[in-house]
Amino acid sequence: MIDPIAVFVLLLGAATPILFAALGELVVERAGVLNLGVEGMMIGGALAGFASAHATGSPALGFVAAAIAGAALSMIFAALTQFLLSNQVATGLALTLFGLGLTAMFGKPFEGVKAPSMMAGPFGLNLMIWLGLLAVPAVWWFLMRSRAGLILRAVGENHDAAHGLGYPVRKVRIAAIAFGGAMAGLGGAYISIATVLQWTEGMTAGAGWIALAIVVFAQWNPWGVLAGAWLFGGVTVLQLRLQAAGVAVPVQLLSMAPYLATIIVLVAISARQKFGRSGAGSTPGSLGQPFHALR
Amino acid sequence: MFRLEPRASAPLLWQVATPVMAVIATMITGGLLFAALGFDPVASIRTIFWDPLFGPASGYSRPQLLVKAGPLILIASGLALGFRAGIWNIGAEGQYIIGAICGAAVALAAYPHEAFWIFPAMIVAGAVGGWAWGMIPALLRNWFGASEILVSLMLVYVAQKIAAWMAFGPMKNPEGFNFPGSRNLQQYPAASNPELIANTGLHWGGIAALVALVVTWFVMSRHILGFRIRTAGAAPRAARFAGVRPERLVALCLGLSGALAGLAGLFEVAGPAGQITESFGSGYGFTAIIVAFLGRLHPLGILLAGLLMALTYIGGELAQMMLNLPASTVQVFQGMLLFFLLGFDILTRYRIRRRA
Amino acid sequence: MINRRTLLGSAAALVAASSLPALAQGEKLKIGFIYVGPVGDGGWTFQHDLARQAVEKEYGDKVETTFIESVPEGADAERALTQLALAGNKMIFATSFGFMDATVNVAKKFPDIKFEHATGYKRSDNLATYDARFYEGRAVIGTIAGRMTKSNKIGYIGSFPIPEVIQGINSAFIHARKVNPNVEMKVVWVYSWFDPAKEADAAAALIAEGVDVFMQHTDSTAPLAKAQEAGVLGFGQASDMASFAPKPRISSIVDNWAPYYIKRVGQALDGTWKSEATWAGIGDGEVVIGEITEAVPAEVKAEAEALKAKIASGEYHPFTGPLKKQDGSDWLADGATATDEELSGLNFYVEGITAPMPK
Repeated sequence: MIDPIAVFVLLLGAATPILFAALGELVVERAGVLNLGVEGMMIGGALAGFASAHATGSPALGFVAAAIAGAALSMIFAALTQFLLSNQVATGLALTLFGLGLTAMFGKPFEGVKAPSMMAGPFGLNLMIWLGLLAVPAVWWFLMRSRAGLILRAVGENHDAAHGLGYPVRKVRIAAIAFGGAMAGLGGAYISIATVLQWTEGMTAGAGWIALAIVVFAQWNPWGVLAGAWLFGGVTVLQLRLQAAGVAVPVQLLSMAPYLATIIVLVAISARQKFGRSGAGSTPGSLGQPFHALR
Repeated sequence: MFRLEPRASAPLLWQVATPVMAVIATMITGGLLFAALGFDPVASIRTIFWDPLFGPASGYSRPQLLVKAGPLILIASGLALGFRAGIWNIGAEGQYIIGAICGAAVALAAYPHEAFWIFPAMIVAGAVGGWAWGMIPALLRNWFGASEILVSLMLVYVAQKIAAWMAFGPMKNPEGFNFPGSRNLQQYPAASNPELIANTGLHWGGIAALVALVVTWFVMSRHILGFRIRTAGAAPRAARFAGVRPERLVALCLGLSGALAGLAGLFEVAGPAGQITESFGSGYGFTAIIVAFLGRLHPLGILLAGLLMALTYIGGELAQMMLNLPASTVQVFQGMLLFFLLGFDILTRYRIRRRA
Repeated sequence: MINRRTLLGSAAALVAASSLPALAQGEKLKIGFIYVGPVGDGGWTFQHDLARQAVEKEYGDKVETTFIESVPEGADAERALTQLALAGNKMIFATSFGFMDATVNVAKKFPDIKFEHATGYKRSDNLATYDARFYEGRAVIGTIAGRMTKSNKIGYIGSFPIPEVIQGINSAFIHARKVNPNVEMKVVWVYSWFDPAKEADAAAALIAEGVDVFMQHTDSTAPLAKAQEAGVLGFGQASDMASFAPKPRISSIVDNWAPYYIKRVGQALDGTWKSEATWAGIGDGEVVIGEITEAVPAEVKAEAEALKAKIASGEYHPFTGPLKKQDGSDWLADGATATDEELSGLNFYVEGITAPMPK
């Protein structure tokens, strides 16, 4: 028999890397910026985190380094999109290419060595799983209840209006991009430090792209991100778990399901917005648009 | 301090100069990077950028540029139309995969029948498949206001899963010893897309790419549709007054770019790739976005950008062979190239003024 | 085929024009390799590259090797192979199943170059194939797994349901059951050769099902990391994965291409190379069982090593009847052994495995 609690525990571990990355991207997109470079920042975090954890023997220091590396990579994106007003889609894609290539180049010395063991936390779940879960209400509180969060949302909703009100659009966005980079770095490092315990190039294997899907599924709401990470992680875990139990599973069809669900959710919220009944979550109005103050 | 002042129109000088500057800056930064890694920077740069064109084996690699650049140019020329209008199809990779699957389906259904109509029917199926996959985000945007960026991106993942499903299930080669992957269409003359003139690398996909460039150039510069696209991109509100119906434009741009991406997939599966495999989508759809921007959304620029991108792939392989540079250098290079181009791009769109 | 003839002519002209004369006396033999992954993948490609290095070490300045890594299957592979051919390589190893058709095409254009394709089934006068009998190694680690499990549930993380992997599952199961009649086999497919996060999830799913010893046919160390966390046992795959020894990695099944590469390069050097299909196993040192650690009791270790010796000497074939198929129908009669043809298209489980075969 399949024990639902055991599946849930598996799911928590599987969801953690994408949860971190998606929460970060959520804040970025809420600020009106679309950064498609999540995969590149995650792999950067995976390498920096692993290398530091290996060198210092401390997973905690590894995660700190991963956050810094993710944020540093995101600053390339920030400089280009915020100061040089480059196209966000293209810049994000370039960041992914760049991150994957750069880490493959500089990761060579770390191949074949092992990371120190993770610190266990309450209920046998490691501390990063707990930190990821705590980050959900924290991001929610910041966005919905704090003044800084209000400004960030205003910037994302309508940057011209926000600018008119005297808010520093560019600074807010740079801060959001840095946060997104740091969170992506943490998510990537979770894969190298907590899941695999080794460094291998390309090891994030598309997790960053899943994180992007989750943000849309979540309707730009932190609790939705948690649900999305659980859905995407859950489908994988569940289909593997069913296979282990000897159930015939149509793997490809099942793994398509979360993406189709994301499209349906996106259509539903867009329709609600379009036809006048506004809901809790919605597409940030200025998403992906460059901002240039004329005054 | 400096401030930016938007230009009314991009001066030709800067349009041409910035990509050249970006390439030079990439070469310099790349050279420094290679030196830091202990490789000879001059030899590395020469191997990547010069040898595929003029090196000892360039007789082979020059035509290969066309093989590699063909699908990129074909996809990018369609994407550029939409990008000009502010319609963001970033799911070309999915449309490419679906086009290939639809085209291959026609071939596999007809196998082993030999008839003149098979290849044309595949072309139609490929284009229709890509068009339909592109129309999904278009209709969802028109009906419900759903972001075409996000829907088209999601559909890439769905298409990849469909390709895997096809390779393991319905399209699996019955004579393939139970290995995933369809029959190889190169070995099925009625369905194959061979090199047309020996040693040129030119197949029907390359011809389609050139036709697409000419047609998009004509549309953009000589046709009312091009005017509408440009107006919609530059001033959406003004476009409405000018009689542009945004819904039509969305459907047209996404459908057209989808059809071209689908064609690229079809020509690839019937030609160089040969078969549908689990990993058929090898990133052409995403690289084409880079090509479109690198070529500043202009047909001539896209032609050059596609060739340049192909050059970095082929030169990257040569550099691995000759100098033992790791494969990842190509990714770093492409990333940097795009960073520099996007950065320098500001010079074409804005005037830099000293703040009074 | 007008195209082919003209291409042949022009390709030859290119070789001449590129000032790369044919191999003369005392000249180096240039050998090219194309890899499907990066050399740093720690698994499949890493092992092929170790073998390339072994060739260089063995023959010193008589050979010169180059490689192109991370080559996508399909058109890119054909170009990479041609580039290697045009660069004067006289012997080329294509190290992935997916390079098959590309290698066939390029081998046609360069009849003077010796091609070697791993795990494929298409051959010609200048195109040989080679593969490893991984199922022989699976028999040995299956024996260890059958002895070491306390829950009587052993697991298998499969990459893709292709014959090579199905052979491994069957072989491991047959030999686990031989030493432990109560053993059950749980199978999970991840549909990837390398996806650490998913492999870890797959290991976790097996552990949740009660599996306490598992094998993997995927390349990352993520399953072993999971095993360590959960206190269960596993085996290294492709490379030795010794950093997880003595536990959870209690042994490993290593792809060792070096003996084959050294032998074939030697034949190319002395002119005795000819195209053939090679399918070597433990006996030729191509499949290596990594150190069995002290976590395994001495008598189990001795039993496993005895089986290994019997397979190596050819005295015993891991697929020896009586064996039935999963559906209960007869496969091999008592004493009969499976033919290579049967094995190379294997698409069913043996009796006793309850997991469904993916469709």
